[in-house]
Amino acid sequence: VRRLAAAAALALTLALPAAAAAADCPRTSLGDVEDEVMCQVCGTPLELATESPQANRERDLIRRLVAQCKSKDEVKATLVAQFGDGVLALPGDKSEGGSDLSDRLVYILPAAGFLLAAGGIGGAALRWRRRRGPSGAPLASPAGPAPDSERLDDDLRRYDL
Amino acid sequence: MKRFLSPASIAALVAVVGLLGLLAYGLSSSEPDRGIEGALAKGERKGAPKVHLPRLSGGRKASLADYRGKVVVLNFWASWCEPCRAESPLLQRWHGRLKRGGGTVLGVDVLDVSSDAREFVRKFGLTYPMLRDGAGDTLASFGVGAYPETFVIDRRGRIAATRRGPVDERFLRQRVQPLLRERS
Repeated sequence: VRRLAAAAALALTLALPAAAAAADCPRTSLGDVEDEVMCQVCGTPLELATESPQANRERDLIRRLVAQCKSKDEVKATLVAQFGDGVLALPGDKSEGGSDLSDRLVYILPAAGFLLAAGGIGGAALRWRRRRGPSGAPLASPAGPAPDSERLDDDLRRYDL
Repeated sequence: MKRFLSPASIAALVAVVGLLGLLAYGLSSSEPDRGIEGALAKGERKGAPKVHLPRLSGGRKASLADYRGKVVVLNFWASWCEPCRAESPLLQRWHGRLKRGGGTVLGVDVLDVSSDAREFVRKFGLTYPMLRDGAGDTLASFGVGAYPETFVIDRRGRIAATRRGPVDERFLRQRVQPLLRERS
């Protein structure tokens, strides 16, 4: 029993620093990095490039760095050192911290498009409501009978034998 | 007509035209530049674009201009590229021949992990000078769209031939050998 207790104590002594080290390790994962970097040959984010040999090499490098306990930022920094800023998939995610006009446009253009579409739909809905009136029935023209029906009445009168 | 000229319609039209413009720009910019082939078809030799890159082995940068006066077989490759493996022994053999005739093979490793590239060089026993373009900055100026691609540069720094794909003995014999007889 005493031997067993000693062995357990020894195992615990050995396991504790390893567990502490694992807790300190800012390890990321391939999946966590894959969607934020590009396969430059394919022109798509790495996670979508499933069959490209360049993408597979990039994945191998990320796996090696993850195994070395590198954080996500460290992995991305290494990828930038290898492939340049173009490897970063997120707009404005440049190593120098700056973002250029094209990066800003990535955010501005969809927002502007959304506002434009929302405005157009809202405007069309308002116009439709005004035309239908509050009861939902089409409004009669305040200026009297519609010009088409006037013309129809005239024609009927003219051909009335 | 009035209905068509409402602000919302004009804005929508501008948005559609803008999107079509962006699409056209995207399509045109993704096409590799084939101006070099155009010049060669007319019998002209265009000056080679500037290449100033770090060496794969480290140390100071090197330029294509450093090789002016030599016939240069400029080969864009990557360690992950399967056809690049097939042509490497041939390029190494030709480097020996070129060296004797006043020329060189100059490799440019592109979009590659540097340690993988160095391992490739060691494995295939490549002794010709190697530059490294990890970000692929030089690709657009040469219109490189696939790997490997090779550009034969005469002694005056002009592009005399291209091969979009792996080189073979016949190409090197027909396109490179005659250039060795030309004077700078």
